[in-house]
Amino acid sequence: MIFEDEPVPGYPLPIRPGHTSPGRFERLLRAGHFAVTTELDPPDSADPEDVFRRARVFDGYVDAINATDGSGANCHMSSMAVCALLTRNGYAPVMQISCRDKNRIAIQGDILGAAAMGVCNLLCLTGDGVQAGDHPQALPVFDLDALTLLETARTLRDEHHFLSGRKITFAPRVLLGAAENPFAQPVEWRAQRLAKKVAAGAQFIQTQWCYDVPMLRTFMQHVDELGLLHKVFILVGVGPLRSAKAAEWIRTHVPGVHIPDAVVKRLAGAADPAAEGRQLCIDLIQEIRTIKGVHGVHVMAYRQEHTVAEIIERSGVLNGRKPWHPGRDPQANTNRMAS
Amino acid sequence: MRHARGLNAFYRGFEAVLVALHPLFRWIGYERLERPVAAVERSVKGVLFDCRMCGQCILSSTGMSCPMNCPKNLRNGPCGGVRANGHCEVRPEMMCVWVQAVAGAARIPGGTEGLQNVQVAVDRRLQGKSSWLRVVRERVGEAP
Repeated sequence: MIFEDEPVPGYPLPIRPGHTSPGRFERLLRAGHFAVTTELDPPDSADPEDVFRRARVFDGYVDAINATDGSGANCHMSSMAVCALLTRNGYAPVMQISCRDKNRIAIQGDILGAAAMGVCNLLCLTGDGVQAGDHPQALPVFDLDALTLLETARTLRDEHHFLSGRKITFAPRVLLGAAENPFAQPVEWRAQRLAKKVAAGAQFIQTQWCYDVPMLRTFMQHVDELGLLHKVFILVGVGPLRSAKAAEWIRTHVPGVHIPDAVVKRLAGAADPAAEGRQLCIDLIQEIRTIKGVHGVHVMAYRQEHTVAEIIERSGVLNGRKPWHPGRDPQANTNRMAS
Repeated sequence: MRHARGLNAFYRGFEAVLVALHPLFRWIGYERLERPVAAVERSVKGVLFDCRMCGQCILSSTGMSCPMNCPKNLRNGPCGGVRANGHCEVRPEMMCVWVQAVAGAARIPGGTEGLQNVQVAVDRRLQGKSSWLRVVRERVGEAP
């Protein structure tokens, strides 16, 4: 969709009443569209083209791209730098901030810097422990946690001062997000944890991979009972599994991923497991989108990013809508730049 | 956290005693008391809660399960990495502090509401200081 008041794609939009960011992603969510977000695998390289190439595979199929912050505690190009490159080309990134590697001084500086570069969406995360990654000998920082990080970002945005109380002259105008895992212990308390995140400032949620729809339904029902459905936009995490072996490996090695036996069996019995994995992902998306309170999906297709377009296309969730990407409407751009 | 209820009740009584002792503490001087009280607090809470002496105790809001034992120092709830058996992502041999907190809170009157308190960022300067003396001074309206 083209916003008539968008001067040049990627430039800040006028902030509408009730909105907190000048971004396309917030507008889309508040307009009630079913949103699609995905994750960019950050390169182990200093070549900007590596970032642009990885973003291009999503062109026309996603509304926002998450820039991960050392996910799995592995070292890659920083989320800040990936966002700097993405905003340069007009993309709408979701900048992930993890509490594992930076203290409150570094994090607050990054939030100001990111907003200055045109980042309109932040995802506040605790972060994986260093034991999970390729530098287990590193110092885990965890000065803040996901909740206090949300509060910190909200303080900067709404109260226009640092945690120290020192004033800032121009507040970061951002939409604040957080993660939730409805499938991890203590399962019965997860909806309450979400309530806490909303109380601390979360406006949207991206969940861990969902392979168990009944569990998700129970969680969403709790969220509804707590009266949160109109306070937060929930995007459910999905992703294609390559094979039964991959599923087995993920569920035993990646913390917090729950894959039921039935899913592993379905993949094991398939002639083409990778195709079956994509079909399973499409089936899940179609089921998930009917659940009350779900505002979109977050497709995490790690090392299978090229499959995202096909999965979204075949799932039909965009309803014929074509998300903005560089070069989508050259005619409109020239017109608006001229005016 | 099977004893959360008893510990919580004892702790509340103990807090009342400490608050009542405020005039005595003030007479001796809080600065002078800091080191001996912190030493006692460290040993008592060390045995009972595996206390890490963060100096800003929130045990009554965490089902009497010390959140500073979480390898990520999470004071606001569990991370998304808790294992299916309720154990910690970082230290698989250890039960998740927050799985215990939720179980412990259910045994304390008003405990589950306490879990919903949004805890502010930790003040790292208070590490090693007495939380007891701090609480007393807060209760009597004499900010430390």
